[in-house]
Amino acid sequence: MNLQEIVDSLHLMPLTAPQEFAGITPSCGYASDLLSCVMAGAAHQSVWVTLQAHINIVAVATLLDLSAIIITEGAQPDTATIAKANEEGINLFSTSEPTFSVVGKLWQLGLHCQQPQIK
Amino acid sequence: MDGSSPLQGRIITDQQAENITRVEELAYELKVNEVMTKSIITFSPDTTMEEALEVFRAYRISGAPVLKDGKLAGIVSIEDLIHCLQKNDLKSRVRHYMTTQPLTVRGSDPIIEALKHFVSYHYGRLPVVDLDNTLVGIITKGDITNGILKALQHDYQEEEVRRYRASHLFEDIESDRSSLILRYTIKQGDFLHGGAASSAIKRALLRLGATPQIARRTGIAVYEAEMNLIIHTTNGGVIRSEIEPHQITINVYDDGPGIADIGLAMKPGYSTANEAVRELGFGAGMGLVNIQRCVDSMRLESVMGKGTSLKLKILLPKKETVGEGNSNPEEK
Repeated sequence: MNLQEIVDSLHLMPLTAPQEFAGITPSCGYASDLLSCVMAGAAHQSVWVTLQAHINIVAVATLLDLSAIIITEGAQPDTATIAKANEEGINLFSTSEPTFSVVGKLWQLGLHCQQPQIK
Repeated sequence: MDGSSPLQGRIITDQQAENITRVEELAYELKVNEVMTKSIITFSPDTTMEEALEVFRAYRISGAPVLKDGKLAGIVSIEDLIHCLQKNDLKSRVRHYMTTQPLTVRGSDPIIEALKHFVSYHYGRLPVVDLDNTLVGIITKGDITNGILKALQHDYQEEEVRRYRASHLFEDIESDRSSLILRYTIKQGDFLHGGAASSAIKRALLRLGATPQIARRTGIAVYEAEMNLIIHTTNGGVIRSEIEPHQITINVYDDGPGIADIGLAMKPGYSTANEAVRELGFGAGMGLVNIQRCVDSMRLESVMGKGTSLKLKILLPKKETVGEGNSNPEEK
């Protein structure tokens, strides 16, 4: 399943400049608000679901080559965060739904996971 | 929404509209004469509408400028032709149906000017003229899209060239041992730039020809160390990474306060981060554990009141050396 299908099914609001979402196929998903856990647990090209909306989420996504960040419960990143995400080519989305529902829907869509192997 | 945005139709708030994307930048950087079509079909005012129809059909165009004595006299489009057909007046001359004094842009204008006209007036094309109203080209929305795509492609190729040059860095330099040293000074409490050094090191490694896996591992390790300097030190610290063809050595050091119990600090889930920092999602107690997971060797030394020193090493297998011409295209 590609990112466009995810965006459509979950009615996600893009916060960053639109890319060719249909050409992005997320490998997996990960949900946590603790950045180090994401660093340890998110496979590259994953979709990351989080409540965090501050600028450091972009650094984490960049270092891990994540496909997208879905920011839940309507949390709104500031302009610096969105600018940084645009600069780094990270897709940011917003939804008013809580993390639990978003993850449930992603799983239902068939986004199942394998643990990343770092080395 | 601001009608001048080339990304019209995007769901954006006013706040986000302040952010300029590369495409929007290009709308200001690219000039009309860089993207316009220069070889153009034109009519004279005395061309018949019937002839115009044949030309439109033969060349699959939907409009063309009308020139009188080399100067722009008007523009005639499919709509004018329909108008003419309704009146059954195909024998008539173009000058009776053309739009006189059409909206024009200058070749030296940035393409954003043309975009503004397209958005405001819904025209399909705009004649491009020089200072004395001589026609020099015609510009359509398609020309703009193509121009932007080419410019983006050019940006991409420049990055490719940089990568190619960097990936051969060590080949032409003779020494007993060559290395590239990157130093970053990290300020305490500077969350705004958290991840800047690690992203820079990761990018450097990719340009040097490191595999995405190696670049990612190094990036994660350096990120955790970088955040530790931002969160836990008194005066910040320094990250020094030395890149050699077969290994990456990273030294991170600060001047305090020091780690009281290294064994405890290395325990997954143990953290001394305060509540404010935890609210930002830091302080999971996984930082040092993550570093250890990503590197081939790690040495952590600390003296209370003096400071902490972290030494990391990532080894590059023979086939994955950096700066020696290994090209490692990005994974799909």
